[in-house]
Amino acid sequence: MTRQDVLSLHVGDMVLLSGRIVTGRDKVHQFLFRERPPEEQIPFNLRGSVLYHCGPIVRKTGGGFEFIAGGPTTSIRVEMYEHRIISDYGIRGVMGKGGMGRQTLDALRKNGCVYLHAIGGAAVYLAEKIKKVAGVWKLEEFGMTEAMWLLEVENFPVVVTMDAHGRSLHEEIDKKSYNTFKKLIGLR
Amino acid sequence: MRNLRDAIVELYRKAATSLPADVEAGLRRSLAREEKGSAARAALLKVVENIKLARDTSRPICQDTGVPVFFIKIPAGISQVKIKDEIIRATRISTKKIPLRPNAVDILTDNNSGDNTGIGFPVIYFEETAGKQVTIDLMLKGAGSENIGQLYKLPVAELNAGRDLDGVRKCVLDAVYKAQGRGCPPYVIGVGIGASRDQVTRLSKEQLVRSLDDKNVFRILYDSEKRLLGEVNQLGIGPLGFGGKTTALAVKIGVNHRHPASYFVDVSISCWADRRAGLLIKI
Repeated sequence: MTRQDVLSLHVGDMVLLSGRIVTGRDKVHQFLFRERPPEEQIPFNLRGSVLYHCGPIVRKTGGGFEFIAGGPTTSIRVEMYEHRIISDYGIRGVMGKGGMGRQTLDALRKNGCVYLHAIGGAAVYLAEKIKKVAGVWKLEEFGMTEAMWLLEVENFPVVVTMDAHGRSLHEEIDKKSYNTFKKLIGLR
Repeated sequence: MRNLRDAIVELYRKAATSLPADVEAGLRRSLAREEKGSAARAALLKVVENIKLARDTSRPICQDTGVPVFFIKIPAGISQVKIKDEIIRATRISTKKIPLRPNAVDILTDNNSGDNTGIGFPVIYFEETAGKQVTIDLMLKGAGSENIGQLYKLPVAELNAGRDLDGVRKCVLDAVYKAQGRGCPPYVIGVGIGASRDQVTRLSKEQLVRSLDDKNVFRILYDSEKRLLGEVNQLGIGPLGFGGKTTALAVKIGVNHRHPASYFVDVSISCWADRRAGLLIKI
């Protein structure tokens, strides 16, 4: 994705994603944040890519790998790392579920990046949108769930819930639900 | 015992790949309520399609096949050790065969055991009962929703929550408000109330294996469940947290007697994929 692609997206947009993306969850984030490996040590080009929070079930096939189930994992767990990974590695899209916090929202705005919300739990449906497993990094060291997988996806459905213009659907819903919550429990 | 092992493997398959009919029906009802053209409705349509795809192709509904939690009732004279042994073997077979995602991570080495077994993994609760049958309920508890559960000790001043069912109500609303959409709503919410912390966390989880359509045996709790479901759905968090009318499919409350000095309330939350399956063996 280019910066322009990112800027054209706004909270609430429903988008179909096609192209190459990489996965990364708890271990990948901790590793990139703590070790800060130079880009040439990473076998895939992360610049301009989408980083998908996903710990899949993968089956080894004759020629490679197949995703059996590959829905998103909860993004907030990597909140403390994401802002610097976005700026260090030039990530243009962060994809997961449940949304992220202020630090990431600020990083989206500063770096031209967007948060894409996938359908949590729709693991088989989403695995069918993954057309090819094009590579894997750190499989031995991190294991199947935590490795970085390079994927080719086609028409992978997402909703933009945090954009590069400073808006977050999650913040807006939190605020609205807080007002209702206060009323329901009788707090002023 | 070989038959038991095979039966447990099938139980795993059923729980992982085929969502219970009552949960699916609840999701379909919520789909009908969400506005046309909304992200919530679009997401639920895919959720429903995913449920069908998973069942038809016998693949796990969600890649997080969770922590397996067994609730087992056995008559006197049946060996718990032997049943536990068969569960461990069946877990290893199921992890390979279905497949399940290996989720058991060693605290000391940080290594994944690779087969979903380890210290205290899977979670197995036994209870001896009268009668002549063994019942095994298996729940695959996803971690996204497990992480948003909350334990409360009433009273809680910030919530203006006292030591009564109205205080419990405030705790549940607080837990769901704090969870927002992070645990894959629409949720199924289990509540456990009682004397000790370990007891209420188990009790709240046990509520999640109840059928969505069952009726609480205590009229007053049945009313609380109904009221709470209505109020949770007023929060507007909606399917997947996209905003909308359905934040939860059901609220289920279980009680134990409490100590005069203690009033513990635990809130266990399941994602929309409330995966459970049951087995009944006549001895």
